[in-house]
Amino acid sequence: MSHLAKRIEDTFPGAFMNAADWRGDVAVTVKREALHDVARFLRNDPSMEFDYIVHVSSVDWPDDEERFEVVYEVYSIRTRQRIRLKTRVPESDCVVDSLTDIWKGADFMEREVYDMMGIRFRNHPDLRRILMPDEYEEGYPLRKDFPLRGRGWRDTFDFLDEHAR
Amino acid sequence: MGLIQLGARDKDGTSDVITMTVEKAVNWARKGSLWPMTFGLACCAIEMIAAVSSRYDMDRYGAGVFRASPRQSDLMIVAGTVCRRMAPVIRKIYDQMPEPKYVIAMGSCATSGNIYDSYSVVQGVDRFVPVDIYVPGCPPTPEALFDGILKLQERIMQKRVFVTQPKEVKDALKV
Repeated sequence: MSHLAKRIEDTFPGAFMNAADWRGDVAVTVKREALHDVARFLRNDPSMEFDYIVHVSSVDWPDDEERFEVVYEVYSIRTRQRIRLKTRVPESDCVVDSLTDIWKGADFMEREVYDMMGIRFRNHPDLRRILMPDEYEEGYPLRKDFPLRGRGWRDTFDFLDEHAR
Repeated sequence: MGLIQLGARDKDGTSDVITMTVEKAVNWARKGSLWPMTFGLACCAIEMIAAVSSRYDMDRYGAGVFRASPRQSDLMIVAGTVCRRMAPVIRKIYDQMPEPKYVIAMGSCATSGNIYDSYSVVQGVDRFVPVDIYVPGCPPTPEALFDGILKLQERIMQKRVFVTQPKEVKDALKV
């Protein structure tokens, strides 16, 4: 186990779930309730100092009990380390604490996760759809149970009626 | 082109006159100064840019004056993948173009959606704007785009300019 993962396990023994280290990529899964505390630790601890949020994404595991997985990838410009922080979310209670108060850059990326996967972020300053239109009502396109061709939105051109003269 | 010669004189001093229809003269003028509007949406735009640059020089066909405003252009080249969210914008810009106006769907995506058979990609721009010429390719080469422009010029030459519109059409055009 990498020293980063070990450090997180020692600091948050109750929240740490598992760690993976593949070709130098460290990924740590923590419990959802502790995500915000772990993130704050990664950001502020002098030996960690992960000051740059690279990416926020999500994964749909339709067969798992806790269906969704939110993935945060952060990087430390000073120590040149990177780590992937994951947490699992059940479909019935699809909420995660927003990390926008720790990394401002998470704002748009969390909106994208909300737009595509329907995972809501608690305390997010402006949680709206970002790629799809605000009034889009067909669901969340990147969920595995969403039909590839959508539910008809791409073939409806209601704006043409406004131009009919 | 020898279509109209004004003021030229023969050796014996008589004016050199060519008779033709006004319609043909108008169409000839229209086809020879197509002002395209850039609508580059994806990688096809790069080939469209190459087509106007020095190596290929689209100006040879009178279609080199690219405009960034629909109000100054008569040819819209839709180059690239059209997402559904972009569709109202394309339609609005098409409506802002003055008559006569033409549309070229450049590339497989603008023509049919190409491989992007997904929830967000429109399966061809002809679903919401009338398309004159489809240029196949992914992306089409500048030569292919030229072929489309030459085909469009042939098509413009066949258009009727001075035709009285039927009463229904006139009524329909009244706001």
